[in-house]
Amino acid sequence: MSGARWLNLRRGFYRFRRSWLSMVGLVIVAALVLVALVGPALVPHPEHVAGGINTTARFLTPSASAWFGTNELGQDVFSLTIAGSRVSLLAGISVVVLAAGFGTLVGAVAGYYGGWLDEALMRFTDLMLTLPSLILAMAVAAAMGPGLGNTVFAIALSWWPGFARLVRGEVMAKKADTFVIAARALGAGTPRILGRHILPNIASPIIIKMSLDMGFAILTVASLGFVGIGVKPPTPEWGSLLSTARGYLPDYWWTAIFPGSAIFLAVFGFNLLGDGLRDVLDPRARR
Amino acid sequence: MIVPVLLGLSLLVFAISHLLPGDPVALAAGPQATKTEIAALAHELGTDQPLPVQYWSYLTGLLSGDWGQSVLTRRPVLADLRIYLPATLELVVAAMALAIVIGIPAGLLSAVFVDRWPDYLSRILSLGAISMPRFFLGLLLQLGFAMQLGWLPLNGRYPIIEDPPPFVTGFLSLDALLAGDPDAVWLALTHLALPAIAMSLSPLATITRMMRSATIEVLQQDYVLTERALGLSRWLIIFKYVAKNAMSSSLTVIGLYVGWLLGGSVLVETVFDWPGIGLYATKAIVTQDFMPVMGVTLAIGVVFVLVNLVIDLLYGVLNPKVRLG
Repeated sequence: MSGARWLNLRRGFYRFRRSWLSMVGLVIVAALVLVALVGPALVPHPEHVAGGINTTARFLTPSASAWFGTNELGQDVFSLTIAGSRVSLLAGISVVVLAAGFGTLVGAVAGYYGGWLDEALMRFTDLMLTLPSLILAMAVAAAMGPGLGNTVFAIALSWWPGFARLVRGEVMAKKADTFVIAARALGAGTPRILGRHILPNIASPIIIKMSLDMGFAILTVASLGFVGIGVKPPTPEWGSLLSTARGYLPDYWWTAIFPGSAIFLAVFGFNLLGDGLRDVLDPRARR
Repeated sequence: MIVPVLLGLSLLVFAISHLLPGDPVALAAGPQATKTEIAALAHELGTDQPLPVQYWSYLTGLLSGDWGQSVLTRRPVLADLRIYLPATLELVVAAMALAIVIGIPAGLLSAVFVDRWPDYLSRILSLGAISMPRFFLGLLLQLGFAMQLGWLPLNGRYPIIEDPPPFVTGFLSLDALLAGDPDAVWLALTHLALPAIAMSLSPLATITRMMRSATIEVLQQDYVLTERALGLSRWLIIFKYVAKNAMSSSLTVIGLYVGWLLGGSVLVETVFDWPGIGLYATKAIVTQDFMPVMGVTLAIGVVFVLVNLVIDLLYGVLNPKVRLG
């Protein structure tokens, strides 16, 4: 890495540390990742995560032995909530990566080639943007059947147009730059120009959008779970946990409060982190 | 503008609904149906025709006011939409009104007190509000204001045992007002309150943030300095000149949010059993009954395009520079 780029990164990190909201976001996200990685192995009742039930211990109030209480099947809510972090994080990342990958492909091709291809791809992208994304995701997920993979695919299907628009604009701005013309003059082919010269130079806005989108992707996964389309029990998904708990309010409030708060905390952490990253990587967008 | 968008939208929605796996007709015919019964139903519904023929008849139907019928209930989609769309629109309008009435002053104040405590407070609150799942907030509101305190009804749009006011606009609160029935107005508004609050939170937060950054930018303009040099009072400048100029960027957000709230209304409607297009679409989606889903999607598209048309006109009111010939 060149000296100047390194210095920029260090300056950026300094700015990031100076903003305590970004640091709070970083701490929340780091904790979430840690919990998702090791949590499911350490929870007090892994058998409940796997779908086991204990009908003699239904609806226990939160106590020292069951921190978040137990639900209608006698399952430990703490274990389920912790295990849910892995499901949500994995689904959120998959949605964003799939959407960014496909969106970048469409946007780069449209922006680089221009002409009728650009026109056709962008009209299609705009149409996809006018579709109500949650309804589209619900319809696709319902038709494909329950399961985490299907849910992720359904959401990503409505998510890529934002990336396509972003990447197209950036590619169009870069393709007339001297270094791209130089590369073409040296005989580089289109895939090489796009992959080696243009895309690395527009990585920042793509990464910013990915980090800003993470929170909303997690929220959307939970939303599908909540309306009962998408991940189904026994997979411990926060949205579907909350949906089940809804029927047991107000008496058994703990079955709803903890998974709901987990969704909020995860989305909040990623939003703070995303905002902080944008300030670091894209100084123009500050304030 | 509106015609090509709807033409494209109808084609896209039609294509997606036919690309998806699953056999809605077999599902509608029931598990006991024989092959010939399914084929008869498919023939009756026209789904045994080639796709281009189906699309053409769907499109010509759309134009003549026939938006197809639900395979399951056999009710025409347009008649259903006439009932459910106003319910959702009432909710969205109430939520946006709350978001605008609170968000615009909050953003202004935040910008005026930039980097002091009112600014920090509003920034943290709005970041929190954006991250709050609407359905979880809805549950918390129900838990607090309906179940514990008992101040507001738990769910629904109007008590089942009461006769709703006569249908005029489809907005119950407005219809009750037109009927001159204060009790009905009260009933409609109390039912509307919690779902509208749950729905308003994220547009409220976004409007506050947009208004804040736009106001900060406007405050740095030379004309603001001139006005201060001329001795105009600070609040006069802010309310008379700055607010108006800062508002146009919030308008864009408002336009985008109307579409987004309509499409996402299902979350709040599920929590509050609000009989709108979100719940209607969900029921149809679960049974793979695509005509209603296509109808809802198109209806949202129409409303979205119309709202943004109005907003384009409003830009001209706020900023004479964008008025075109």
